[in-house]
Amino acid sequence: MQITVNGTTHEVDVEEDMPLLWVLRDELGITGVKYGCGIAQCGACTVHIDGEAARACQVLAADVWGPVTTIEGLGTPKALHAVQAAWIEHQVAQCGYCQSGQIMQAAALLAETPAPTDDDINDALSGNLCRCGTYPRIRAAVKTAATRLQEG
Amino acid sequence: MGRIAKIARRSFLVGSVAVAGGVAFGIYRYRSPYPNPLLDELEPGAAALTPYVRIDAGGITLITPRADMGQGADSVQAALIAEELDATLDQIHTDPGPPDRAYWNTALSEEAAAFTAPGDGLMNSAVHGTIDAVMKFLGMQITGGSTTVPDGFVKLRQAGASARETLKRAASEQTGIALDRLSTEAGAVLLPGGERIAYTDLAATAADLEVVQDVPLRDPSQWQILGKPMRRIDIVAKSTGTQDYGIDAAVPGMVHAAILLNPAQGGELRGHDASAALAMRGVSAVVPITGGLGIVADNTWRAFRAARAITADWGPSPFPAEMDAHWEALSDAFTEDRQDSRKRDDGDVEEVLSAAAPLSAEYRAPYLAHAPLEPVNALVRVDEEAAEVWTGTQIPRFVQQNVARIAGLDPDQVTVHALMIGGSFGHRLEDEVVKRATEIAAQMKGTPVKLTYSREEDMTHDFPRQIAMARMRGAVRDGRVEALDLSLAMPSVITSQMRRQGQSVPGPDSQIVAGAFDQPFGIPHHRVTGYRAAPLAPISSWRSVGASSNGFFYNAALDELIDAAGADPMAERLRLCNDPLARAVLEAVAEMSGWDGPAPAAGRGRGVALTQSFGVHCAEVVEITDTPNGIRLDSVWCAAEVGRVLDPVNFDNLVKGGVIFGLGHAMNCEITYADGRAEQDNFHSFEGMRLRQSPRIEVRGLENGDAIRGIGEPPVPPAAPALAGAIFAATGTRLREMPFSKAVSFL
Ligand code: FES
Ligand code: FES
Repeated sequence: MQITVNGTTHEVDVEEDMPLLWVLRDELGITGVKYGCGIAQCGACTVHIDGEAARACQVLAADVWGPVTTIEGLGTPKALHAVQAAWIEHQVAQCGYCQSGQIMQAAALLAETPAPTDDDINDALSGNLCRCGTYPRIRAAVKTAATRLQEG
Repeated sequence: MGRIAKIARRSFLVGSVAVAGGVAFGIYRYRSPYPNPLLDELEPGAAALTPYVRIDAGGITLITPRADMGQGADSVQAALIAEELDATLDQIHTDPGPPDRAYWNTALSEEAAAFTAPGDGLMNSAVHGTIDAVMKFLGMQITGGSTTVPDGFVKLRQAGASARETLKRAASEQTGIALDRLSTEAGAVLLPGGERIAYTDLAATAADLEVVQDVPLRDPSQWQILGKPMRRIDIVAKSTGTQDYGIDAAVPGMVHAAILLNPAQGGELRGHDASAALAMRGVSAVVPITGGLGIVADNTWRAFRAARAITADWGPSPFPAEMDAHWEALSDAFTEDRQDSRKRDDGDVEEVLSAAAPLSAEYRAPYLAHAPLEPVNALVRVDEEAAEVWTGTQIPRFVQQNVARIAGLDPDQVTVHALMIGGSFGHRLEDEVVKRATEIAAQMKGTPVKLTYSREEDMTHDFPRQIAMARMRGAVRDGRVEALDLSLAMPSVITSQMRRQGQSVPGPDSQIVAGAFDQPFGIPHHRVTGYRAAPLAPISSWRSVGASSNGFFYNAALDELIDAAGADPMAERLRLCNDPLARAVLEAVAEMSGWDGPAPAAGRGRGVALTQSFGVHCAEVVEITDTPNGIRLDSVWCAAEVGRVLDPVNFDNLVKGGVIFGLGHAMNCEITYADGRAEQDNFHSFEGMRLRQSPRIEVRGLENGDAIRGIGEPPVPPAAPALAGAIFAATGTRLREMPFSKAVSFL
């Protein structure tokens, strides 16, 4: 089957029920997307499908409904996405393992809701677990990113 | 090997070693007359260099003796070197690869334990505790937790300073310009005319020079990097998905493996049927390993799926199958026979408590999983004559020895690559995953095997935080706390942990009373007794170790007495406080939280706790609201005395993380056993705190003390009791057992 990730179309030969997470990580070697729980409880595997945040551990290969963007496709160290830039400015990461998912979730939120309220942020990001407890910085970074994006 | 000057009567000596196209600076360690198994490859009197910084054509590289777990250790180490070296942080990269063979045989795990930078706290103290215990057992003296921090703090700067002066000397030789006319800046030596020679161009010359020793260290007032906000060197990688962790390691020809372990941890595998698994796509082998099976496939998910297709007949757990028996074992441990220590016995507790009917209460703390977000994993290849390991570990030396033993090799035939860790909280002080991966790899020599635990295997086969129980008796008089007799019972963490490394640890386990016997309160009649319960489920060091449960017990007991005395929790703590550093910490949170201002409105409540752990006094005030939908955490104020804050941003982040860690587990986490099996196996049943529950947190680092301390662990112990105090103030519900969700609900 064919799957488009970060603008490149790949031909993959996998079971229809292999979760997208493992297609990305083990078949395509795209490892910015992380495995944390496998049951939609942690958000470490969050990617965008057709611009929408999705848990890659819950989307089966056969069901991928559009082009996939992973953290690597959102921005790069040389060309940062505004959310990534805000994450760096606030030095959000500790171990960093959850942060790909946090950033992808935040980017999807801001694409839909450019000026999120505290409740919007709580609703959008509470499914993303951070075991290191970086939540205060995540909140601050989302707000900074929102401001920057609105300034253009 | 580089030159070693006469063995000076110094505690250490900065040395150098020539490396391809450059030079590495580090600290020499000598094999002393006392046998040191960590240095036993060396002849007596011979020296091994532990390099800290390498300068060559590739630039300036910090060689990290161990992996970073998220606490920013790499950055702080780099900053300590850079401050004296006169390099900027963006000029320094860290070496993610293996240590060079030339210095691999240096005291790796000693070094791993011996360096703790401020802001680099996560579980390091536990490493110290462990290593310290082993070293004492082996009749060796190594510096313990409280002194190794300043030790590393000095050594890294000294290495940087010696390197700088040696590079200047190299510049002087190359140019013929007198030494005193040279200066250094941003990775280069400046000549009088303003011309710059980069360190990288001087490295080869410097390798031939005697290293300049005893360079005076700069006064903190001159610091350019330390003490100021720094950008962590891993922050861009960790914000762009480009940071590789152990779980991302890949080498050519690698296969993926999963495990299926007896759900009753430590029980045997009596029989199994893997035929369905072996028929599945991509599955190449199912092999026996300790306590279960290894499943080898060409993709992690295929291995996970095949593991679920195996039917097995499991033996029972070697520890009590049901929780009642665990609690009973603790309850039965409060006997003279089982007394492990009585490190505090002030006044005459018995007399005071026999005079009047004492207040009494019992407290409980559950098993807790470490559950860092990256499940444990290890990539291992075993060949006939060598083995190679890629994994995130805090105990590389044990890993090396264990892999060697399982693979039938000598330790020096095993190369360990310590990779970035996606959180630890003590989890990576264990190396079961490496042992299991090695068992699989040894059955398929030459093939690199990457074993990834599923979240379920990781959580149910964790060695959790100790289960613990406390009993308090106390008395009050004239509005004051008069007597506190606290008895603490738990199995020994250190014994359980070290047994897995083939070590026994004699003597009392100080962690049984840590966070309780040594608190800065002058209660007139005060006794703290530790009781060692029989071993139950295997346990391990969990962020702040004994203090994680004892900090709650101590403060909760104190709160009950203060309440009985009719006193204010803050005012009475301040009155009892007998340590000026601790007092300043309490005063700070009182001021930050406006404790003396207007009382919280109806339905709101505030609690305070202070725990001294790992040499750090840390106080927290928690404020909550009792809403119709449950308890809402509004604000936390936290102050800690750490001597010196080296990186204010990282400090703030680590403290907030520690507060959230302490609160989240106190709210809703426990591991319980039924039929010998852990009942919680993923984040739906072991949740911790979510972003929406996360309170506003304000942090202050105090710098009144002399010692430099790590901050990873100390914010954890006071979080739970401060929350319990706030809930009591708002609702009148006294919480004596964690998690609190057993008695109250949270928003
Ligand atoms: S791995 Fe997908 S939500 Fe946790
Ligand atoms: S930074 Fe470690 S889990 Fe979020």
